[in-house]
Amino acid sequence: MSDDPQQVPRGKHGRAPDVFHKGAWLPMRQYDQNEAVDFVIVGTGAGGGTLACRLAEKGFKVVAFDAGAWWRPLEEFASDETHQSKLFWTDERICDGENPLKLGNNNSGKAVGGSTVHFAMVSLRFRPEWFKSKSVLGYGADWPLDWRDMWRYYGEVEQALKIAGPLTYPWGPKRPRYPYRPHELNAAALVLARGCEALGIDWTETPLATVSAPRGAAHPCVYRGFCVSGCATNAKQSALVTWIPRAVRAGAEIRDLAMVGRIVMGDDGRATGVEYFREGRWRFQRARHVVVAGYAIETPRLLLLSATDRYPEGLANSSGLVGKNLMVQTNQAVWGTMDEEIRWYKGPPSLALTEHWNYEDKGKDFFGGYCYMSQGPLPVAWSATQNGRGLWGQALLDEMQKYNHQAGLKIVGETMPQERNRVTLADEKDQYGLRVARVTYSLCDNDKRLVAHSLSFMSHALEAAGGRDVWRETDDTCHLNGTARMGDDRTTSVVNADCRSWDIDNLWICDGSVFPTVGGVNPSLTIQAIALRTADRIEALAARGEL
Amino acid sequence: MNLPRYPEYNVLDKRDTPSWDDVTRAVIGERLATPREPRFFDAVQWNAVRALCACIVPQRKGSHLDREPVPVPALLDAKLAKGSGDGYRDARLPPMRDAWRIGLAALDAESRARHELPFARIDDDAQKTLLIDMQQGELRHGAWQGMSSELFFKERVLHDICGAYYSHPHAWSEIGFGGPANPRGYVRMYFDRRDPWEAAQAEPGKEEQAREENRRVR
Repeated sequence: MSDDPQQVPRGKHGRAPDVFHKGAWLPMRQYDQNEAVDFVIVGTGAGGGTLACRLAEKGFKVVAFDAGAWWRPLEEFASDETHQSKLFWTDERICDGENPLKLGNNNSGKAVGGSTVHFAMVSLRFRPEWFKSKSVLGYGADWPLDWRDMWRYYGEVEQALKIAGPLTYPWGPKRPRYPYRPHELNAAALVLARGCEALGIDWTETPLATVSAPRGAAHPCVYRGFCVSGCATNAKQSALVTWIPRAVRAGAEIRDLAMVGRIVMGDDGRATGVEYFREGRWRFQRARHVVVAGYAIETPRLLLLSATDRYPEGLANSSGLVGKNLMVQTNQAVWGTMDEEIRWYKGPPSLALTEHWNYEDKGKDFFGGYCYMSQGPLPVAWSATQNGRGLWGQALLDEMQKYNHQAGLKIVGETMPQERNRVTLADEKDQYGLRVARVTYSLCDNDKRLVAHSLSFMSHALEAAGGRDVWRETDDTCHLNGTARMGDDRTTSVVNADCRSWDIDNLWICDGSVFPTVGGVNPSLTIQAIALRTADRIEALAARGEL
Repeated sequence: MNLPRYPEYNVLDKRDTPSWDDVTRAVIGERLATPREPRFFDAVQWNAVRALCACIVPQRKGSHLDREPVPVPALLDAKLAKGSGDGYRDARLPPMRDAWRIGLAALDAESRARHELPFARIDDDAQKTLLIDMQQGELRHGAWQGMSSELFFKERVLHDICGAYYSHPHAWSEIGFGGPANPRGYVRMYFDRRDPWEAAQAEPGKEEQAREENRRVR
């Protein structure tokens, strides 16, 4: 029998892989396909994995699906960038617009645990005002959430993941001390610190979801540097090693290699379950509620693919906003050569950051904010960056030869919600026979002004830190959000504050899709905080008989 | 600055140390054993691909270790034979395999139009000139079938060929990258500090010292 987890599912026969012990298994509850479970959840990343865990712990019957494999990191994650592309969503997607996106290894996971299996672990809270961007800061859209509510859930996620961070955080309202001590800074991070100090702004150790002290069966991070290729030691607190094992222990069933192709609707206009492809054929799981948590491309794709006569424009789409307002984050950088040896391949890629331009509103000719972080791309990623500036031949090899002396500063920059940036269905079909996503993206003038500001500021910072031959990488993006925004008004949003569809009361969306705005920080902590809140709200609604 | 060099440093010397685990040994072993004969490209395409790879990542002969050159064309062929995509495609380009078939045919067609010879048979300068024109999107022979030469160069030629080259341990050794690092990881994180299992950079006049240290890297 094949043991290839990309060919044969592992979550079967009443057991699930125990990711903490080689070759070991955990008992896992299994549900009959005809039993209407309380919740099916499509996707097991930061949104779906977290929600599956919390709903199961509250006593709901949960089956969660993931199209990807259920990996055993200790045995199957090689220290190799190229091989580890097995973690990414590499099925075809078509990109157009004025700034066609790069997906795959840039921002899209396909595995139990979703994109958290390859994320860079950066775990930041939103600036409080961003939850009311429209009314307080004058751009974008307001969230239907209160920042104080979110502040509490952020704290819960930080505890659950044992985030390693600074004793005191320089920006924003008071927050509790991070559960684990900050990681040691590598030379690349110290370059960021030098630049900030030279320009008179604050910096800090990046709060990271990789443990700085032992936790359970995982030892502290050993600074091997292959974080975005998947952590082979389980120091990284991905959903795969945190929420998912908890979910299984609490009685959830996780089905790997299970691609959901359609949400099935009943005659009453409510969802009855999902059709999914597993082990060579289409199957049906009955459910009382369906949660879509496929991230900002697969979520709207599934809602659009599930169109019926009653919902010809796709499910949950009476507002017409499903698939619209896709927001990446800008991810431009400045790079330079240092006299010292830096060797940025050691340690997590982003050990230091500044959120100065997230919290400072003066001196900006744009809406929104950005943070910037130190960097540590491995050789394949670094050569791709050099290709991006058009280098090849001897010029490329010479530039690559300076690898151990490079340092860089890279933004996570806010982009504005625009309805023209959207996910639609292309005519091409994938291996399941499902129409693939067409992803249309164009930066607006505000986005470009933000990028220009950041590149100018970071160039000064890197030069002040001793960087020579500083050059600007002008076209990168990261993360995916929007496409099913939450709001207070059913005509201008897809779900309400509880992530519940306005149109179909047993359909929910719980992932980065629900973001009305995207802020200038990595989204994973906020996605998980929303999932924790949604679980609490579902419990409260159930208690009142309002599910 | 003088370009840093790491004489006699070889990532593969660490294969049996705590910097490599079983899965990494298997994965890299498989890459080193990539068949040298093409499975995806036909004979005509293979000639063009080999010449193209030599332009994009020129490899000098006779390095101090007498290493085999990185088999870039074979690694590229393996990627295309496997057919695993990147997970995104600029709408202006056809799927990966089609793009390569069209692009290589067009490269030969452009070369014949200018020099009456296929790309692999023209001299280095002529090859380079042709590729610069491709990069700038100035090639418009009918053989492109409407595909932008600029996009093909950027999204396929550079992306696939450079990605293949820097996936090889010899390329890691050349630039002083530590390579695989599980379970040992690293300890010395500060400026100008190296663990004994990292490459030693040759300082001017102290090349022999770096050589000795690199021979001891385990």
